[in-house]
Amino acid sequence: MTPLELLLQQLINAVSIGSLYALMAIGLAMVFGILRLINFAHGDLIMVGSYVALLLMGLGFPFLAAAAAGIAASTIAGLIMERVAYRPLRGAHEISMLLTSFSVTIFLENLAIILFRPTSRPFTAPPILRSVIERGQLRIAGLDLIAIAVTAVLLLCLTLFVRRTDTGIAMRAASQDMLAARLMGINVNRVIAAAFAIGSLLAGVVGLLWSARVGKVDPLMGFNPVLKAFVASVIGGLGSIPGAVIGAYVLGALEILLQGLLPSALTPFRDAFVFAILIALLLFRPNGILGSTEREKI
Amino acid sequence: MEPSAPQSPSSLPVRLAAPAALLALLAALLAAAAFLAGDYVQRIVIIIGINVVLVVSLNLSNGFTGVFSLGHVGFMAIGAYTASILTLPVNLKAVNLPSLPGWLGHLALPFLPATLIGGLVAAAVAFPVGLSLMRLRGAYISVATLGFLVIVQVVLVNWDPVTRGARTFAGVPGFTTIGNAWIWAVAAIYVVWRIGSSAFGRGMRASRDNEIAALSLGVNVLRARLLAFCVSAFLTGAAGSLWAHFITSFSPKSFSFTQAFGIITMLVIGGMGSVSGSVIGVVLITVLSELLRNAERGFDLGALHMPPLYGASQILMAVVFVLVIVFRPAGIMGGREIDIRGIFRRIVPPKRGRKAA
Amino acid sequence: MLALELVDIYYGHVQALAAVSISVRDGELVTLLGANGAGKSTVLMAVSGIVRPRAGSVRWNDTDLAAASPYAIVGLGVIHCPEGRRIFGGLTVLENLRMGAIRRKDRAAVRSDMEYVFSLFPVLGERRHQSGATLSGGEQQMLAIGRALMASPRLLLLDEPSLGLAPLVVKEIFRVIRELHRRGVTILLVEQNVRQALTVADRGYVLSSGRVTLAGTGAELRANPEIEQAYLSTAPEATR
Repeated sequence: MTPLELLLQQLINAVSIGSLYALMAIGLAMVFGILRLINFAHGDLIMVGSYVALLLMGLGFPFLAAAAAGIAASTIAGLIMERVAYRPLRGAHEISMLLTSFSVTIFLENLAIILFRPTSRPFTAPPILRSVIERGQLRIAGLDLIAIAVTAVLLLCLTLFVRRTDTGIAMRAASQDMLAARLMGINVNRVIAAAFAIGSLLAGVVGLLWSARVGKVDPLMGFNPVLKAFVASVIGGLGSIPGAVIGAYVLGALEILLQGLLPSALTPFRDAFVFAILIALLLFRPNGILGSTEREKI
Repeated sequence: MEPSAPQSPSSLPVRLAAPAALLALLAALLAAAAFLAGDYVQRIVIIIGINVVLVVSLNLSNGFTGVFSLGHVGFMAIGAYTASILTLPVNLKAVNLPSLPGWLGHLALPFLPATLIGGLVAAAVAFPVGLSLMRLRGAYISVATLGFLVIVQVVLVNWDPVTRGARTFAGVPGFTTIGNAWIWAVAAIYVVWRIGSSAFGRGMRASRDNEIAALSLGVNVLRARLLAFCVSAFLTGAAGSLWAHFITSFSPKSFSFTQAFGIITMLVIGGMGSVSGSVIGVVLITVLSELLRNAERGFDLGALHMPPLYGASQILMAVVFVLVIVFRPAGIMGGREIDIRGIFRRIVPPKRGRKAA
Repeated sequence: MLALELVDIYYGHVQALAAVSISVRDGELVTLLGANGAGKSTVLMAVSGIVRPRAGSVRWNDTDLAAASPYAIVGLGVIHCPEGRRIFGGLTVLENLRMGAIRRKDRAAVRSDMEYVFSLFPVLGERRHQSGATLSGGEQQMLAIGRALMASPRLLLLDEPSLGLAPLVVKEIFRVIRELHRRGVTILLVEQNVRQALTVADRGYVLSSGRVTLAGTGAELRANPEIEQAYLSTAPEATR
């Protein structure tokens, strides 16, 4: 492969995986921005959407219909999660909310284990998602291109939403100053529900793309992605949506870079390096790349 | 800890009476379990002892250092693997860990030194980790500790020559008994309790969430917190060794996030900042989850037949956890300690002639 | 009309307000004066629903505000412009104003209200696409008031609009407050700048340690020797 082809290949890999992280990280960032809650159960929304889609495909539904149902299922699950687990805890201590999100994770994962057995099930994506374009030595997966395209469209829609619509602007307002938002009469419940709905919808999309990518679903599939999404958010500065997106692509690039640069004996340790870099990053810039270097004022 | 009620100045023997009685009671219970109870109950008693060490040491970290560590299980893994590698009989080492460096390959240490070394290695790792974590705040810390856990997991799974990678690490000698597990438990309780009730400890706890208050306590705050974090890691590592030599075979999967969550559940339900709360939390949750796990296998209650529902116990635990957080976030003890001396005084009233307290 | 009657408010164990009775009739501008910590902001928060009284009643016309949510209270036209401005720094001036009007359905009226705000505060019009964080303190205060006006308030609660602002800017702010008063907006104004507050107020109350210690018309208060001594004297020993 010429160096240019290699670069292109790796670039597409990085942007593709970065796109998936971005869609995940946005959900985390939105919820954190408004509620100061790190919703670890966000990862399980990937799992919910994937299993619903898998079930429907097993029943004979075409992929697009099953996918739509999966995304809908994730969205609904996210809204239920907000209403049942998080609303009673509004205003509680940060740590309490974090712990509750872990409980929700345990709940959902074990529910899936009960319903579907702990082992993974194969997820067969339709041919277009399994296609590969070959030009000389270059192999580009159709899935990567679709992931990038879908993400671009969703990002555009999201940008329009937070800039043009009342609810979107209200979401930004609430994440900056919740009290002032309430004093303006912003319907905080609705804004929070909207944040959860959007994040969960994006998670549903990620679920399908992720399952297609690895070819299987299992009850614990959400844990690693949500941790990566969190890393992405932290890199970009927790709570900032643009930061989450940038952080996600940085993370994707970092992963691909490490994959290529690490000697083959060390490549299995790639994830360890990623997290070590995260911790090192937090040492110097506790508020992320886009955040300020000051400690938060008390 | 709240200061106990003002007491008449008492001599050492009187002050020691209550804790001594408690210890005697504990020893009696443990002896009864060791000699009279069946295998199953003995196993539960050992598990409770190990969990006490785990939860009490986590209390030390969360309650004092402001590091709400979600990844403490990583230290447990370090202690477990280190100690097990050291105690594994030489012939088994030759078979299972052929690539160990020579000197290690010919070494088979007894239980206590191996456990101590396991704890020390964990504490040594905790030093740089703690140093980085102390600079962070709030939720960032917790997720960074999860990152630490992932690092540990990745290393364990991939460092084949030393850890056997993802494969089961078996053949660990079953050194853990009710006796030594509970000696560690009592020691851990004592250490954490002493740190907690010292003036330094009280100050740490008060300043845990408030940096300015912490700074006003003096420059040494960071060093002190780091020390507490390392002590906590040491105890957790030792508990890891205890657990490894109880269960005799394990793999990296045993040190998962679910394990971490179980320990945190016990901590939260008992109440953070309270050592007696931790003990209560451990006993309650361990017994409860055992009962639930038995129920999971399905049971017959007269005409009612419950099919196996693996994972149901976890779900129930998660629900209980959320309920506690919502309705009683301070836990059962609410951060206070049981007043042992007070209870003792009520059972054994002071002799006439001494001032009543 | 707004009526607080014998209101007690506690923060935990600390009593912030004791038996406070205050009224504001339609079209009036009533000012609350007093030192820091006297409880003035607490009164406003009781009206907007942020804090709840332990005793006493807070009524706006026929509605019991003490039992209503902040969301519902805003729906009644009671708008609280909080202390410290609290504009949305990451949003533009235009977006801030839009948020003020978020509950309103009458688009044409909203548009004309926005033009009115720009006529009151021309500098906001110039900076309409700038983000709130880049505005000066005075401009942010203007934006906060403008944002409150966008909600078409029937009762406007202003908390220390002059805080931290240069004298010239303060004059400008009070010019606008006077204009709003002239237009008939009912205003409850909390201020530490007693001199300015008494030039616009119809009536006023003085709060001290959570109790109403003085009440009267603007003229009465201006003439009151205690107030003269405590707040309006330029002699050094009169500082609080």
